[in-house]
This record gives sequence, structure tokens and C-alpha cells, in this order.
Amino acid sequence: MKVLVPGISGRLGRMLAERLVEGGHDVIGIDRRPMPDPPAGVELHELDIRKRAAEDVFRRVRPNAVIHMATVTHLVVQSEDRYRINLGGTRAVFEHSAAYGVEHVTFVGRHTYYGAAADAPLFHVEDEPPMGLSSFPQLADLVAADLYAGSALWRYSSFVTSVLRMVYTLGPTGHGTLATFLRGARVPTLLGYDPLFQFMHEQDVVTALVTTLEARPRGVFNVAGPNPVPLSVIIKETDRTNVPLPGPMLRAALGRFGLPKLPRGALDHIRYPIIVDDSPFRKTTGFQHAIDEKTAMHAFRDAFPRPVM
Amino acid sequence: MRLPIDPEVRERVERLELPWNEFGIDPYGVSKEALAANYTLARFFYRHYFSVDAYGLEHVPKKGRVMLVGNHSGGVALDGAMVYASMFFDMDPPRLAQGMAEKFINTIPFASKMATRVGQLTGLPQHAERLLSEERMLVVFPEGAKGTMKLYKDRYSLVNFGQGFMRLAQKMKTPIVPFAFMGGGDAVPTIANSVTLGKMLGMPYIPITPWLVTLPLPVKLEVYYSEPMFFEGTGTEEDEIVMANVEKVKARIASLIEVGYKRRRGEP
Repeated sequence: MKVLVPGISGRLGRMLAERLVEGGHDVIGIDRRPMPDPPAGVELHELDIRKRAAEDVFRRVRPNAVIHMATVTHLVVQSEDRYRINLGGTRAVFEHSAAYGVEHVTFVGRHTYYGAAADAPLFHVEDEPPMGLSSFPQLADLVAADLYAGSALWRYSSFVTSVLRMVYTLGPTGHGTLATFLRGARVPTLLGYDPLFQFMHEQDVVTALVTTLEARPRGVFNVAGPNPVPLSVIIKETDRTNVPLPGPMLRAALGRFGLPKLPRGALDHIRYPIIVDDSPFRKTTGFQHAIDEKTAMHAFRDAFPRPVM
Repeated sequence: MRLPIDPEVRERVERLELPWNEFGIDPYGVSKEALAANYTLARFFYRHYFSVDAYGLEHVPKKGRVMLVGNHSGGVALDGAMVYASMFFDMDPPRLAQGMAEKFINTIPFASKMATRVGQLTGLPQHAERLLSEERMLVVFPEGAKGTMKLYKDRYSLVNFGQGFMRLAQKMKTPIVPFAFMGGGDAVPTIANSVTLGKMLGMPYIPITPWLVTLPLPVKLEVYYSEPMFFEGTGTEEDEIVMANVEKVKARIASLIEVGYKRRRGEP
């Protein structure tokens, strides 16, 4: 199968490309970032998915499937530009897919779609609306991209759309929001709160994407790995120091004293859990995670030992 | 500082049938450590301070989904805590009773964390359905917050029941074990409820006792469980049908209170 991967140069993109090549697929990658030393057999195009040249790739290659990973978070791009990348890029992917005979499009979204709040249920299900936008506006573009991708389910009948809401990634590449948060020796938490976090090893993320490619499930799906774990346990198991601070003090201390920088709204994400129910995805595709929570945490710890201050 | 864990509590926590992970935590964030600490403290109150007597335990199913439905008694969450303790200490094997916490709890530091760790999830229909579908035990007080605000003179009366619990039981095909909780109103004799004071502390209200602070007196408390009740249906029935079922449960609880009241007064 010819598989086009916008956003291939990210760490997950590279791992996905390797796995697809191993599986005998033709992999075509699009990314505006350079990809040094691409996996053998990958056809790489260093260009912006929103530009004319990207459409030419669709026209020439005529991929069977697209796995759209070219969305960025507020941690990567901290400007208005993020809206254009995430929404413009997603629109381009779907329009070109419709125009050039793609059979299956996978949108890789995030479980933070649901938002974190005191009155939010544990184990979100797919039909819930996004509730966290008022407290965390930096998520708006990703939520909008997720909903836009979902609209492809009725907008385009010529291909199957799978919208995935994936939990945090944790593993040896140190990629992702949670891993970035855990990077320093000291990890700030909110005094009196210890929310559950749901994460999966990056190899399981890739397995979930490949499973989606094979099973072609139509619809919106939460994707998760092992059972959630309290933040304090993650900090302990990755050999970091938990620094619990009262809310106002934490807001003032973020970005200083070796603590990570976080937008205000992100504090809700270390106050309340965002946990998803992934049973429909497992049932529809037969996906099973291979790596348990302890192994994932230790894989991260071994690759990123506690920094010496 | 850590409370020394009572060995009996430790042994009972180990016998709870819950899907623990390697860290002793279940998928909802309930933790063995927190349960052990919590029930070590609860043990003192259950066995000694209030020396709670539980009657009719044979009516409570040892396994599978069930809802314990009863009256509120006492201005603080004494009733809930002692019912959970009776399931933990007097059932064999012990069962973890899970209540539905008021939403404000989750906004208070420490309270939010502790509530989750001991299995008291935020009161949402999604949580209730999920716990029952996993064959757990749910404790419901259909009087709601109005029930905890009962004054001393009304301590053996019942206020209006909501119908949410009945729709839930019908939808989830769950037996209801009605119970009466006796004595909470004597332990915390509420003479008034201060909403203003409550607001200042981030709570809906604070019960005021004759000695002002809300410390409960060491009076004897009792719980009466009765036979399980089953209600057919899907939970989408007309209000009248559901309310008729609700009234049956309410009447059963009222009769249990009657029995308990007589016994408390030493009548035959």
C-alpha cells in the first residue's frame, strides 16, 4: 500500500515510517522540517503541506492511505501561526485526499481534546463535547482540527476517515507533552492534587497507527494503552523529584528554578485527570498494547536519566 | 507523618476484589495505601467512638453490582463513612462501597485527592453507571444535600427523594438494598446551617451545633439493611412510574427507621 505521512519528520513519524517500510508499504513523507538520515525506502518531500507542491505529491503518488501527523502543540509553536498550521494543514490533507483517490485518512489527534475540569467524568467517551477550552485557549486549534477532521466523516464519502484521540506518549525518545514535562530533575505539581495520567509507550502508539491503517475503522476513537497512573507515581518511577507547590506559588515559579514553562490553562491538566475509555477502538480494530505502564516509565527514565543540577 | 496501619485493616484491604495494578492502584485511582490509612482511622470511629452496630448484613450481596440506598443522618458525611466502614469491616469478604462525592469536593486541595484514592468519585451519572457495569457497590443518598441539612428536630424524617437513583437501578439492572442510618442526628445535632460560613470555606454550607463547632458526639450509631429490591424497566419510563418505585424504596427506609427508632428508645 502507498502510505503518505504528513509530519513524518517528528520522532513518532520516523518510527511509524520505519514500521511501515518493514511491513512492506511504500512510504511517502511530507514535512517542512528536514529529516536527516531518513529510513531506507522512504520518499521524502521537504515542503509545507499547505503549499501547492504538496498537492503535486498527492497527484503524482496517488496514495492509498494518509496518516496525518502534521499538527503542532503550544509547546512547539507559541504563536498565532499554530492555528494556520493545524487547521490549514488538516484542511489541505482532506481536500487533496478527496481529489486524488485516497481510500483511508487517519487524523492523529490528542486526548486533551476533552479538557480537564473538577466536574469532568473519568473515562471520557468519544461523543463528549470539548469542555476545556475556556480555561485552556491554547488547545483551541487542536480541538478545532479534531472537529474538522470529524466532519470529514459526513463531508467525504469517497474515503474512510479515522479520527484518533491518543493519550500521552512516554518512552525512550522523550517525545511528547508528558515527556517534556518530566524532562527536568524537579517536576512541579499542585499541592493537594495528584491526578491520574494515561500514557502509552511510543511503540504502542505506532502499533495503534498501523492497526488503524489495516483495520480502517470509520469514526472517532480514543486510543490508550495501560491503565492510568497517578502523577506522583510517574515522577517517582522516572526518578524525578516531586515539588508540590500551592497554586498561586506554582504559577509564579513556572519557567524558573529549573521548572518547565507551562501556559496557565495547563495547570488544570496537573490538577484534574483526563482519562479516556478506549474500549471501542480495541473492540473495532483488535488493538492491544504490548508495553505496560512500568516498562514505559522506566524506558523514559533510562533514556533520560535525572539531570544532574 | 504516616499513621501506623492496623493489621486487620491491611489484611482486609488485601482481600478486596479490585483490579489493582503493580502499584496497588485501580483504574479509578483508588489506592491500597490510602484505603489502609483511611480505614485505620475509620476503624477507631466505627468500632470505638460510635461503636456502630450493623443489622441485616445477610441481605447485602457478597458479589456483583448493588446499590445501597438510605437516609442521610447527621450534618457531616458521617453516615456515608460509617456505611462504607460496615461494608469493609463486617462483610466477609470485605467490599469497597463507593459513594458519589459532592462536586465541590474535587475543587478542594487534598480533599480532591483523598476522595479519589478511597473510591469516592465525583457524583456524575457516568461514574455511577461505569462502577455498576464493573460489578461494584454504590452507596446513594437520594435525599441529596437537603438530607444532610436536616435539623435536629427532623432527624428521623425523610425529605424528598430524587428519582435519579431509580432510573439508574432500572437501566443498570441493579438490586437496591435499602438501609436506615440511625443516630447521626444525635451525634451532630444541627440547630442551623450557615450558608455564608460555608461559602467562605468553599463548601455549600456548615452545620451549626449548640457548641458551635461541628464535632460529632460519641453516641451509638446503627445501620439497618433490608432485603434487596428489584425493579424492572429501562430507566426511561414516565415520571409517575419511576416515582411510584421511588416511593416503595422510601417507604421501606421509613419502616426501617421506625424499627430503629423504637429500638433506640428501648421499646419492644
